[in-house]
Amino acid sequence: MSLEIIGISVLWTFLFGYVLLGAIDFGAGFFNAYGIITGKQHILSKIIQRYLSPVWEVTNVFFVFFFVGIVGFFPKSAFYFGTILLVPGSFALILMTIRGSYYAFETYGARGHKGYAFMYGIAGLLVPAALSVVLAISEGGFVSIIDGKPVMDYWALFTSPLSWSIVVLALAAVLYISAVFLTWYADKAGDTAATDLMRKYALAWSLPLIIAAGGIIYELSFHNPEHFERILDLWWMFAISAVLWIATVWLLWNQNKYGTAVWLLIGQFAFAFYAYGISHYPYLLYPHLTIYEGFTNEAMAISLIVVFILGLLLLVPSIYLLLKLFLFDRDYVAGNKKE
Amino acid sequence: MNLLFEDPVFASRMLTLLTLSVHAIYATIGVGFPLFIMIAHWLGIKKNDDHYILMARRWTRGYLVTVAVGVVTGTIIGLQLSLLWPNFMELAGNIIALPLFMEVFAFFFEAIFLGIYYYTWDRFDDQRKHFLLLIPVALGAGASALFITIVNSFMNTPQGFNLINGQLTDANPFLAMFTLAMPTKVSHVLATAYMTVAFMLAAIGAYRLIKGSNHVYHKKALHMTMKAGLIFSVAAALIGDFSGKYLAVYQPEKLAAAEWHFKTEEGAPLVLYGVLDENENVKYAIEIPFALSILAHGNPTSEVIGLDQFPEEEIPPLMVHYFFDIMVTIGVFMLVLSLTYWIGTKRGWSFVSANWFRWIIVLGGPLSFLAIEAGWWMTEVGRQPWILRGIMTVDQAATTSDYVGVMFILFALLYLILVIGTAVVLRRMFHKNPIESEIERYKEKQAGEVK
Ligand code: HDD
Ligand code: HEM
Ligand code: HEM
Repeated sequence: MSLEIIGISVLWTFLFGYVLLGAIDFGAGFFNAYGIITGKQHILSKIIQRYLSPVWEVTNVFFVFFFVGIVGFFPKSAFYFGTILLVPGSFALILMTIRGSYYAFETYGARGHKGYAFMYGIAGLLVPAALSVVLAISEGGFVSIIDGKPVMDYWALFTSPLSWSIVVLALAAVLYISAVFLTWYADKAGDTAATDLMRKYALAWSLPLIIAAGGIIYELSFHNPEHFERILDLWWMFAISAVLWIATVWLLWNQNKYGTAVWLLIGQFAFAFYAYGISHYPYLLYPHLTIYEGFTNEAMAISLIVVFILGLLLLVPSIYLLLKLFLFDRDYVAGNKKE
Repeated sequence: MNLLFEDPVFASRMLTLLTLSVHAIYATIGVGFPLFIMIAHWLGIKKNDDHYILMARRWTRGYLVTVAVGVVTGTIIGLQLSLLWPNFMELAGNIIALPLFMEVFAFFFEAIFLGIYYYTWDRFDDQRKHFLLLIPVALGAGASALFITIVNSFMNTPQGFNLINGQLTDANPFLAMFTLAMPTKVSHVLATAYMTVAFMLAAIGAYRLIKGSNHVYHKKALHMTMKAGLIFSVAAALIGDFSGKYLAVYQPEKLAAAEWHFKTEEGAPLVLYGVLDENENVKYAIEIPFALSILAHGNPTSEVIGLDQFPEEEIPPLMVHYFFDIMVTIGVFMLVLSLTYWIGTKRGWSFVSANWFRWIIVLGGPLSFLAIEAGWWMTEVGRQPWILRGIMTVDQAATTSDYVGVMFILFALLYLILVIGTAVVLRRMFHKNPIESEIERYKEKQAGEVK
């Protein structure tokens, strides 16, 4: 495997981690706010708080890891994406800031403050929408090079059906992933009311999810035929993903094995996410930047990989400890442990 | 769309200035605070004194709020560096990405253990085990400061690569990390972070005592943090002196600008305060003879390079003089204040517990933060016009986008909301739950467990 491939695989894996954890995080915040408005808060909030509180900062680090890593491995991406993303990137940052800080304000400082909960619930839903626009941009067609500088056509981006489909997919995925996860978490806590409610939400969002995903592939067939061709070559990965989706919904429908459902869901997204990533290869930004042109020097690449391995040796046991204490500890999940 | 600023370079500088100045407040707390939680928790275990245990708990609660804002503002600056300075990050990514990458691991480590520490207060029968969880938190925080300051040092004395026709070759990421600016910078940043947090906590303790809560809890907190503050302000001044010596050799233009030292000369005086007239004559300043030569080289007769040695366009803005004066004045003031407090409590001088003296301690909290800000402004503005000293100027580095001015307005609003939000939430938190009632509850709980 070349250094370029190792680099992009590491980054893509961390992005996947962020997508999953972030989806649970953002979705849970939204369901919490939604519960407050519709008066179902008492059912959900305990479950949501207990999971989210210890882990949200860890989730955020996944994101930081991704953008620091991409500048490290592919410095040219800072030039291309840095220049064109000023506006969408800033919006995403502002939303993430509101989301993170108001979450903390509510949780540590002013428990039950409705205004705060509402603010981070809504901001959290807009974050994935804003971030997902980057995927649309990377498909090409919105950026041209003028006088050696990348310039973005905001109007084309704003009116493109592709970018809107991607936004819809991001929203549906966030709500679906977090609903499935929270169904399992609530079930584990022995909270039947919350389990039922989350299960309903999960089923409700399963269909929009798959429709949006199909829509994107269809859009790509004329927006970026080259990418579309490569997606067709990888049809079997998308097919496995679809089968896993059906299996997850089936388990939820029959109200059993919620733990398995979560694993199937992770599998479904893993296949789709990596298939999309592989088919995007070798481009970081169609058609201007590939992972080969943008790559750093060999000394830096090797040092980054060595540090990455050392870092993992430190982190994996720590994360294991965190999960053991808060995710897989039956008493904590059920709220029997004092905080 | 050139709202507010004509020029994207200037707009980018102002937005960076704004973001970093906000982040610096929270980052300093983030670096320094875990050490004090550790000290309190440790004293509580060693002296078997519940007050210190509760101190660690209450401080952790406050800390979580500031860390959260530190995390979000840090995320902003991390991404904004690429958004505002794409050309710089493209070059820097090739050579200095390693410590940035390491920093992420430090955050990771810290965030994980902070979460565990906070949510496991009563899960451990043995307090000492719980205490151990703080060590990775403090180490992670210190390591974040170490790595980010390494990056900043690199910007001041870049090394570890060759530039041939604009092409970067022979990159050596390790050499780039261990630059000449690094030892003094890292140690000064760490010492001043600990110092600032000590005086912040002392200010809170003193304020509570003034406001009539005569609880020994606050006296213990005040005493402990003032003592620590003394130690760290001595360290900050000593290392600050080394920083000056570093500058004199490796970035003489920055020191000369900070000192309004126009002519290269021997036995140079230190200029404090004052104003400049049109002909760059210093007026109304306090001059301490030979002091600049001592600061620069440790020898009253040594020669100090002046601004006359540099081309016009490479001279940093002369306003850094005021930033330097603010930092040093506050540093010396806090040193004297904490020394007075320490001797005063030893000797039983009564004025150290008088309200007016406590008010000065309260003032010391914000002043220390001002010193931190002034220090960074001096370092960063004093590097102008370079972003990478001697290699890339800010004009070459900045984005070409026209929308930076609009973003400046949005971010300024955002930070306003954040700063007010933090203040409101922290106030609420501690007002609703004063120490008296917390001790009450803690005792009940302890009694309940014994039964
Ligand atoms: C509480 C804050 C604080 C206090 C009391 C001091 N400093 Fe400081 N100083 C900083 C906070 C700071 C800082 C924010 O941490 C800086 C900015 C960048 C850096 O490396 O540290 C800094 C930078 C800095 C520099 C520039 C280094 C460079 O650009 O490479 C010098 C020469 C000094 N300091 C010298 C001093 C002296 C002689 C002090 C005497 C008491 C002093 N500082 C007190
Ligand atoms: C909390 C710590 C820091 C503060 C408060 C700070 C402050 C500032 C300020 C005030 C400016 C604007 C100076 C001007 O243009 O007039 C600036 C510029 C800048 N700083 Fe720092 N800085 C800090 C640390 C760092 C670090 C660690 C880096 C390295 C990654 C960095 C990178 C930059 C860049 C890229 C600019 C823009 C170029 C410039 O205007 O000089 N800063 N910073
Ligand atoms: C240009 C300069 C800087 C950049 C790019 C930067 C980057 C970041 C980022 C990305 C985060 C969020 C990390 C997370 O998600 O957990 C963060 C937080 C933080 N930064 Fe900065 N930072 C800069 C300057 C500084 C300086 C100068 C210091 C210290 C002297 C510092 C210390 C911290 C601390 C303590 C936190 C809180 C994180 C935590 O406690 O987990 N940063 N910074």
